[in-house]
Amino acid sequence: MTGVSRQLLNLFANFCFVSALGTPAIIAQTQPLHGPDMFNPQSTPAHSIFDLSILVLKVTGIIFVVVVTLLTYAILKYRKRAEDNDHEPPQVFGSNQIELAWTVLPILVVLILFFSTARVIHAIQDAKMPPNALEVVAVGHQFWWEFRYPKLGIVTANELHVPLSDASQPRPTSITLLSADTDHSFWVPQLGGKVDLIPNRINQTWLDPHKPGIYLGQCAQYCGTQHAKMLLRVYVDEHERFEDWASQQKRQAVNDPRVAAGRRVFLNAACMNCHSVSGTSAKGVFGPDLSHFMSRDTIASGAASNTHENLKRWIQDPEAIKPGSLMPAMKLSDEDLDSVVAYLETLR
Amino acid sequence: MITSNEAIVAETYPLEAQQTGLQPISERLHEWVTTVDHKRLGILYICLGLLFLVLGGIEALIIRIQLAVPHSTFVSPQVFNRMFTMHGTTMIFFVAMPILLGFGTYLIPLMIGARDMAFPRLNAFSFWITAFAGFLLYFSFVGGGGLYGAGSAPDVGWFAYAPLTSRAFSQGHSTDFWTLSLLLSGIGSIGTGINFVATIVCMRCPGMTLGKMPLFAWLNLVLGGMVILAISPLTAAQIMLCIDRYLGGHFFDTQAGGSAVLWMHFFWIFGHPEVYILIIPCFAFASEIIPVFSRKPIFGYPVMVAATVCIGFVSFSVWAHHMFTVGMVSYANSFFTLATMLVGVPTGIKIFNWIGTMWGGKLIFKAPMLFCIGFLFQFLVAGLTGIMLAASPFDWQLGNSYFVVAHFHYVIVGGILFTIFAAFYYYFPKMTGRRYSEKLAQWHFWLFLLGFHLTFDFMHIPGLLGMPRRIYTYEPGRGWEHWNLIVSLGALFQVAGVLVFVFNLSWSYFTGAHAGRDPWDAWTLEWSTDSPPPSYNFAEIPTVRSRRPLWDQKHPEDPDWHYE
Repeated sequence: MTGVSRQLLNLFANFCFVSALGTPAIIAQTQPLHGPDMFNPQSTPAHSIFDLSILVLKVTGIIFVVVVTLLTYAILKYRKRAEDNDHEPPQVFGSNQIELAWTVLPILVVLILFFSTARVIHAIQDAKMPPNALEVVAVGHQFWWEFRYPKLGIVTANELHVPLSDASQPRPTSITLLSADTDHSFWVPQLGGKVDLIPNRINQTWLDPHKPGIYLGQCAQYCGTQHAKMLLRVYVDEHERFEDWASQQKRQAVNDPRVAAGRRVFLNAACMNCHSVSGTSAKGVFGPDLSHFMSRDTIASGAASNTHENLKRWIQDPEAIKPGSLMPAMKLSDEDLDSVVAYLETLR
Repeated sequence: MITSNEAIVAETYPLEAQQTGLQPISERLHEWVTTVDHKRLGILYICLGLLFLVLGGIEALIIRIQLAVPHSTFVSPQVFNRMFTMHGTTMIFFVAMPILLGFGTYLIPLMIGARDMAFPRLNAFSFWITAFAGFLLYFSFVGGGGLYGAGSAPDVGWFAYAPLTSRAFSQGHSTDFWTLSLLLSGIGSIGTGINFVATIVCMRCPGMTLGKMPLFAWLNLVLGGMVILAISPLTAAQIMLCIDRYLGGHFFDTQAGGSAVLWMHFFWIFGHPEVYILIIPCFAFASEIIPVFSRKPIFGYPVMVAATVCIGFVSFSVWAHHMFTVGMVSYANSFFTLATMLVGVPTGIKIFNWIGTMWGGKLIFKAPMLFCIGFLFQFLVAGLTGIMLAASPFDWQLGNSYFVVAHFHYVIVGGILFTIFAAFYYYFPKMTGRRYSEKLAQWHFWLFLLGFHLTFDFMHIPGLLGMPRRIYTYEPGRGWEHWNLIVSLGALFQVAGVLVFVFNLSWSYFTGAHAGRDPWDAWTLEWSTDSPPPSYNFAEIPTVRSRRPLWDQKHPEDPDWHYE
C-alpha cells in the first residue's frame, strides 16, 4: 500500500472512531503466501474454472466493446446540433433483417458459452475419485469448522491438512460437506469453487492441490452473527509431512502430570461440556476437539493467532476477540485461568 | 388518429380549479387519505418509496462506513447484520416496488386514455396495505425483541435462508416482523398486479388495439402478470414460515427434518422474476423517453413486445442460478446455466433496439435522456457480469462474494435507479405542472454517475479477490482494503447527487416555471391533458389510430397510421 493511501485510510479510520490497527495480535504467525485469489489457481477444479473464466471474460469483453462503440457512435454522431433546423429526423419504424441478425448472433454466442460451461460442470462435478483419495468430512458449525478423517481416525478443527497431489504422486482429497446447524459454504478460491454445507443434506467437493503451502478461505454463506470470522485455512503438506502430521494427530492427547491442576480445572469447569480431549472424560461435541490443540496456528476459527496471550484472552472474554461467538466467558479466577492455559499448551 | 383537437384535449372545469388550494389542510389531508384517484395513489406510492429510500440509504451508509477499513468497530456484528437485512428488504420491497408500481398506477390510465384504474378501491387498498407493511417492518426496531429483550430488527438477510429463521436460531420477534411485513406487502403488490392487467386489458380508449398501445402499457401488462405469478409463491412461503414458527410445522425447520433447500426454491422462484419485475417498468420508462429525446419512434416495436413477453416467460425458469452452490446435480446446473444465458438474448435485443431508436435521430441531452443513456451503458455491463455468473463454475467462485453484490447493484442502481431518476425528471412537469431546474438535474446526473462508478465498479474487485458478502469486518493484508475504501468514498458522491435531486424537485415544486401540457413535444396521450391532469383525466375519452396519437395530431400530413 502506498503512503498516501495508508494516510487516507488512517484519516478515514479516525473519522469513524475505529482502531484501524485492529485488535492486538490478530495476525497469525504462520502467514500464507497469497490472498484468496481465484486468478491464482493451485488445484485442478480451480484451474478448470480459471480457464473457463478467461473464455467468458474474452467473449463478454468483445460484446462490451462492440455495443459500447455503437452506443458512443450514436451519441456523438446523432446529437442535435445548434445549426439544425426544427425538422424532425426521418421516422424509421424498424427493420426485420436487422432484428433477425441481432437475435441469431446472440443465440450462437450463448450456445458456444453454454457448451464450454457444461463441459467444465461435468468435469468438476462428475469426476471419479481414485481409490487412494483422502476422505474428509467437513461439518459446519456456528462459527467454526470441524474436520473428520474417518479412515484415519482424526478429528480436528478450522485448519484442514491435505496431502500434496502432484503429477508424481496424485492423491486428491474428497470432502463430504455437512452442517450441524445453519447453512455454511466451504470456499478456498485458489483450490476450487464454493460448495454449501446445508443441514439434512450431504454435499461433496474435491481438491487436488499442486503446490504445498497455506491457502486461505472462509465461510461464504451467511450463517449468523459471526459469519465474518468463520475463517478457514487449508494446509497442503508434502507427503512425508502429511504422514507425520497424521500420525501425531492419531496419538492420544498428552497427559503431563505437571499441569494436573489445569487439567482438573478443564474437567471440572464447563469446558468439557463442549470440547473433547482424547483419553479424558471430556467428550463434548459442540466445540472444537482440543486433543492436539497446540498443533494449530490459530484459535477461534482463525480470528486470532494461537499465542499465550490470545488464548488467555479468548478463555476469559471471547467477546473481545469474536463478539457473538457461542463460546461463553468462563469467568475463571486468575489462578485457574493460568493453570488451564498451561494445560492447554501441553496438548501438542 | 385524433378526429379533432377537442377530442383529445381535456377542458378544465372552472369549479374544480376554484376548489383546490382553498380548502383547509385537514380537509385536503382527508382527501388524500380517502382518495381512490389513481394519480393521487400513484404520488402516494412514490412518496412512500422516497421515504424508505432515505432509510435504506442510511443503512447502506452505515454498512459502507463499517467496511471502509479493516477491523472497524463502528458497529457491532449484530447491528451490521440487521443493517444489511433491512437495507436489502427495504430497497426491494419498500423503495423499488412502490416507486415503480406508483409510476405505473399514475401513468397507465393516462396513457391508454382511461379515467381511472379498473378497480380504484383495490388500488387504494393495495397502497395502504403496502404502506402499513413498511411501517410494520420498521416497528421491529422497537418491538423485535418481544417481551424479553431490547428491540431489534431482523438479521437473517433479505432472502432469509432457513434454518436461520427457525425459532431455534431466531428468537424474539424480529423474523416475525419481517415475515408479516412481506406477507402484507405481497398482498398489496398482487392487488396492484391484478389491477394493471385488468386496466390494460379492459380500459383502453377506442382505437387502441393491443398493437397500438404505447410500449409502456405493454411492458406493464407483462409486469402485472409476472407480479401475480411471482409474488404468490413468496406469500405462500411466508405463511409456511409462520406455521413453522407458531404452529409446529416443519417445512423449513431442519432440526425436525425440514428442508433448507425448499425455502431457497420458494424464495428464488419469486426472487428471480422479481428482478425482472423491477427492471421491466424501467424498460418501459426507457422505451418512452429515448424515442422522445431522439425525435424518432421506437425501433422495432413488435420485436420489443415479443422480447418482453419472452423475458417474462424465461425469467420463470432461471431461479436456481441463485443456487449453483447448494449441490444440485450437474444436469440441473447445466439446465439453469442455459436458461439464464438465454434470457440475455431478448434483453440484448432490447438494448440494440434502443440504440436503433437513437440511430439517425436528433438526440437531445436533457436530464431524462442522460439518465437513460447511463442506464443503457450500466445495464449492458450488468448483463455481461450476469453472463459470467450464469456460467455456473465461474459462479462457484463469484457467487456470494462482493462480485455478486456489485453485479446486482449494477442492475438495481445502475439500471433501475437511473431510469427511475429519468422518469422523475420526465414526468415531474406532468405531475406537478412545473418545470424542474435543468442545471441542477445535470449536476445530479454527473455527481451520481461519478459516485455510482466509484462505488460499484471497484466493488467487483474484492469479490474477485475472495471477499464474501455479509461479513461485518475483514482482516488486513488480503488485498481488499484499498478497494473497500474507494467503494465507501463513492457513496459520498451518490449522497451528494441525491441531495441535489431532492432539493431540485422540492424547490421546483414551489417556484418552477409553468410546464404546460406538453413540455417535451411528446406523442402519447398523457401529454394531451393538463399538467397536472384533472381528476377525470380527459374531458372526452380520446380516439386513437396509431401508437403516437399526438404525432398524428401535430403532423396531419404524415400520420403514423400510414405506416403501422
